[in-house]
Amino acid sequence: MGFAVAPSTESSSLLTSSSTDDSLENAGKLPFLRTLLGDGGFKSLTFVAALIAGAVPFFVVALISRDAWPAIAKFGLPFLWEQDWNIDESIYGALPYLFGSLVSAFIALVLALPIGVAIAIVTSERVLPPWVQIPIAFLVELIAAIPSVIIGLWGVFVFTPAINPFQEFLYARFGWLPIFNTQPFGSSMLVAGIILAIMILPTIAAISREAFLAISADLRNGAFALGATQWETIIFVTMPAAISGILGGATLGLGRALGETMAVTMVIGNVAGIDFSLLSPGSTIPSILANQFSEALDPLHIGALMYLALVLFLITLGVNSLAIFMIRFLSRNA
Amino acid sequence: MLPSPHSSSSSSEEKLATMEPQSPSTLPVFHIENVSCFYGRHKALEGVYMDIYEGKVTAIIGPSGCGKSTFLKILNRIGEMESNVRVDGKVQLLGKNIFARDINLNLLRRQVGMIFQHPNPFAMSIYDNVAYGIRTFHRLSRPALDEAVESALRSAALWDEVKDSLHQSGLALSGGQQQRLCIARALAVKPKVLLMDEPCSALDPIATLKIEELIQGLKQQLTIVIVTHNMQQAARVSEYTAFFSTDERRIGQLVEFDLTQKIFTEAEQPSTRDYVAGRFG
Ligand SMILES: Nc1ncnc2c1ncn2[C@@H]1O[C@H](COP(=O)(O)OP(=O)(O)O)[C@@H](O)[C@H]1O
Ligand SMILES: [Mg+2]
Repeated sequence: MGFAVAPSTESSSLLTSSSTDDSLENAGKLPFLRTLLGDGGFKSLTFVAALIAGAVPFFVVALISRDAWPAIAKFGLPFLWEQDWNIDESIYGALPYLFGSLVSAFIALVLALPIGVAIAIVTSERVLPPWVQIPIAFLVELIAAIPSVIIGLWGVFVFTPAINPFQEFLYARFGWLPIFNTQPFGSSMLVAGIILAIMILPTIAAISREAFLAISADLRNGAFALGATQWETIIFVTMPAAISGILGGATLGLGRALGETMAVTMVIGNVAGIDFSLLSPGSTIPSILANQFSEALDPLHIGALMYLALVLFLITLGVNSLAIFMIRFLSRNA
Repeated sequence: MLPSPHSSSSSSEEKLATMEPQSPSTLPVFHIENVSCFYGRHKALEGVYMDIYEGKVTAIIGPSGCGKSTFLKILNRIGEMESNVRVDGKVQLLGKNIFARDINLNLLRRQVGMIFQHPNPFAMSIYDNVAYGIRTFHRLSRPALDEAVESALRSAALWDEVKDSLHQSGLALSGGQQQRLCIARALAVKPKVLLMDEPCSALDPIATLKIEELIQGLKQQLTIVIVTHNMQQAARVSEYTAFFSTDERRIGQLVEFDLTQKIFTEAEQPSTRDYVAGRFG
């Protein structure tokens, strides 16, 4: 660069300096992509890609709404609390499916949250040596990699038969409770909830674990320095500090449970109707969509299914947005 | 053991001599003998001998990475909670070996409180922060607990600022207030010694001044060991100063320990003189 060229004008010095650099001579041999795109081209390409990705949810909502329109126009909001779903009479109500989705997801959350947090604690706090913690965390995260249909098959052929004696026991022993007052026959809301709990466990465990790992060592040390024991420290100091991450993970898990289709459809029994007994079979929004879509011909029937899909989409969108908000923003303030 | 380089082993005899400050006016609270610390294979601290005197402020100064925090965390045995930490040597607290088998770590840590570099209030109210340590050991009636919390907050010179917001989150306070909250929290369990690891390094000058005034007042009640990067602070608040540094093997060592006045005016070791004069490079 800096060799002796009289700096007469700016342009002349620019010329000389670029001749020391061989990029100009190489211009003809540039790789294809580079000549095609250059820097500006690459920017526009990524921008367009981002735009498309950002537009997808709107596009999906628009399409679903369009197909749902006949049902929206006919039933309006009362669709949400109507109980009948009769294809022959063209009467459609969402309540049993909404109920099934919410109840099964809630069972899943109630079961998976304490276990997920326990796994997060055991794999992040100094209770076990790292060579035990890391494999456990890895194995739990591996559950997320099992295809849903395989969990469903396992649920049908292994888990349901295995758990049924327990369901019988609940019915025999606690049948007086409204939540256990029907004769179990295998598939049930409870089984679906447990299967869902297994499926959302890795989400809750992994995100809670991140929250625990993000807590500075000095916060824990602050409690130890007061003479607190490890359990006192975890329960009263680290858990409150990680709470936004834990709740965010739980909410994300709830979103997953609400949207999960395959495994649930396989074990829930697919009976429409609202029964407060967890031992009775049920249906969820995804399960009825999976069951009826291929045979729906009437535009109103398709519309009703699409309306259900829209409701589910809005619920999961809300739940997932809340989760992202909790994980991103609340934990930053903690 | 590796054959240690000439300089560190040859000076250990005369170092021992300089380790004894003139006219120790009181008994040592901590008696530290030949303490070393390893993180895995890495030796972070080697052969520290030191006495910490009751009712005095002892400052620890030295370049970063020389093992000051490591040393402090040995005294309440918090460092060893991290995996792969090993401590050798002898530490006595009021004549009792803190590494003895029958030592109750929770009780030890109640006697030896600690303040950290970054204020670390718990995610709970101001009141609960201060009450936390008391509650883990005693069931007090509500009025007794209120009184203990108030007294701790007063000792930490924070009471007047928070007495109307005791049930707000401790995290809502300013950095300086948070640090005094942590001091109140530590004082609430009535420790004999308070270890402070660069307590002011995250604070502004006014908040720093308040903490320094606080330290002066607290000397009546307890013994303080304070790590500081700020030479003026060490000179202002302490009676004794220990200068730590790393040798050419990057192992932390205690270079010199003496009355603060002596360290800052006529230190024996040239490296101490260089460091306090700001000629450290
Ligand atoms: N948890 C740890 N694991 C491994 N090495 C550590 C750990 N903590 C400190 N060290 C090392 O020990 C040495 C002393 O660190 P520290 O006591 O934090 O120094 P100071 O507080 O004087 O800055 C440094 O070399 C540091 O890298
Ligand atoms: Mg340090």
